[in-house]
Amino acid sequence: MPAISFQSVSKTYSTARGSFQALGGVSFDIEEGEFFGLLGPNGAGKTTLISILAGLVRATSGSVAVRGHDVQKDYAQARRQLGVVPQELVFDPFFTVREALRIQSGYFGVKNNDAWIDELLANLGLADKAGSNMRQLSGGMKRRVLVAQALVHRPPVIVLDEPTAGVDVELRQTLWQFIARLNRQGHTVLLTTHYLEEAEALCGRIAMLKAGRVVALERTSDLLQAASSNVLRFKSDGALPREFEGKARVTGRIVQLPAHDALEIEQHLAVIREAGLRVEDVEIRKADLEDVFLDVMAAGREKVVA
Amino acid sequence: MTGWRTLLYKEVLRFWKVSFQTVAAPVLTALLYLLIFGHVLAEHVKVYDTVSYTAFLVPGLVMMSVLQNAFANSSSSLIQSKIMGSLVFVLLTPLSHWSWFIAYVGSSVARGLCVGLGVFLVTMWFTDVSFAAPLWILVFAVLGAGMLGALGLIAGLWAEKFDQMAAFQNFVIMPMTFLSGVFYSIHSLPQFWQRVSHLNPFFYMIDGFRYGFFGVSDVSPWLSLSIVGSAMLLVSAIAVHLLRIGYKIRG
Repeated sequence: MPAISFQSVSKTYSTARGSFQALGGVSFDIEEGEFFGLLGPNGAGKTTLISILAGLVRATSGSVAVRGHDVQKDYAQARRQLGVVPQELVFDPFFTVREALRIQSGYFGVKNNDAWIDELLANLGLADKAGSNMRQLSGGMKRRVLVAQALVHRPPVIVLDEPTAGVDVELRQTLWQFIARLNRQGHTVLLTTHYLEEAEALCGRIAMLKAGRVVALERTSDLLQAASSNVLRFKSDGALPREFEGKARVTGRIVQLPAHDALEIEQHLAVIREAGLRVEDVEIRKADLEDVFLDVMAAGREKVVA
Repeated sequence: MTGWRTLLYKEVLRFWKVSFQTVAAPVLTALLYLLIFGHVLAEHVKVYDTVSYTAFLVPGLVMMSVLQNAFANSSSSLIQSKIMGSLVFVLLTPLSHWSWFIAYVGSSVARGLCVGLGVFLVTMWFTDVSFAAPLWILVFAVLGAGMLGALGLIAGLWAEKFDQMAAFQNFVIMPMTFLSGVFYSIHSLPQFWQRVSHLNPFFYMIDGFRYGFFGVSDVSPWLSLSIVGSAMLLVSAIAVHLLRIGYKIRG
């Protein structure tokens, strides 16, 4: 039985200006013990999909099950299996960190949970903040409490919706070490993130969403191989030759050109030479997930995975 | 499962942590009403032959405070946690709609009774208090607080902004409590306004509550009980239904 199963999930929001389809028939399974990445640009439907999984939003059609429990019909069991870290930095201003965690445990019917709460606090670098009021914590600290709140009932399936947005490097390291350890102990992890290097480093499989549809669903390693394997990168101030239009990715002075093999790299260099373009810091690197991501998202190569 | 107890505990803790604002302040307000209205109106308003105006006013003020604070509790808790986003912590739990209902209404009853007791303790010094039928006092206090707690739950689910909530409170709850006979016996009203008052369920709450103190009232306490009870059932049914469908809280 899969840890999470999405079956033709669609969601249409009706607004004053008409209806808007956030998800158009998303289907895929996440197996027990996987570290799964859900990627996509803003507005692709990632958060809607996670909200449907968590029971915060109802699907217009289709169904979602968590370890066999339908998130609508059998919501109590489904939610017991899930630990969701919401994207928004929310907190209850009335309580201290420990109170918030005890209360969250109680909602799930878990009593006398202080040993596990202490372990969570220690692992998330919050041990000295247990008695602090939520209002006194910095943004990064509040984020850690959100993670702890999601884990108080030891859920077998952990869902993190952009947990590292706006978070400093140190916390990202602490958080990922902890989550990776939970994953090794058998917890299934579903992650959405904007940091593609995180997804590349952590996720065994990746689904890419675009405009409410799955446009790629593969093992991370296969996804990286399928893309053009090399990238020619250089800096230049001059206008780019016509031949590079639609191929080159330009970030300020930095130009990046995908290339499948040595021949293609030579051709790129020839174009530069002929155009008389002055370039610096030329290098050839392996394609990473960002290249794959941009490749998949590029409109020309759209292919929908059912 | 004991999840609902935690939510009830959390909702009680929420108002108790700011009890200066949620309990002490309404007690002071009621005391001011008693001092001002009791002084100004005592000569002019005739209530029951056997009961002085100040003595008549005390149960009215107690019940008004119970009702307003029971409403304020569930409604402000919901609107705040909706706007702050912290309602998500409850939305993510396996708690059923019945658990939500019991916790939000239960905590509202607790706050209503806390404030009511506070108002009673500070106002009882200004008059002789009698307890003709104490059980009626308790029944109407709990039922009234429960109904207003459920009404606050509905308002809290419905309102999306603080000003919508303020409108509900100022244009519905305040007039209904003020025009329910807190400050006067409706027998002193013209015929037309007596009839209008009979359509206000809040009137029966206060009238029945007052019967518990004096053993006299404008209508029979049994009639009041049946009307307040029916209103409570109706409002509760609506509140539970809205929770079940996740009205405005689950997209």
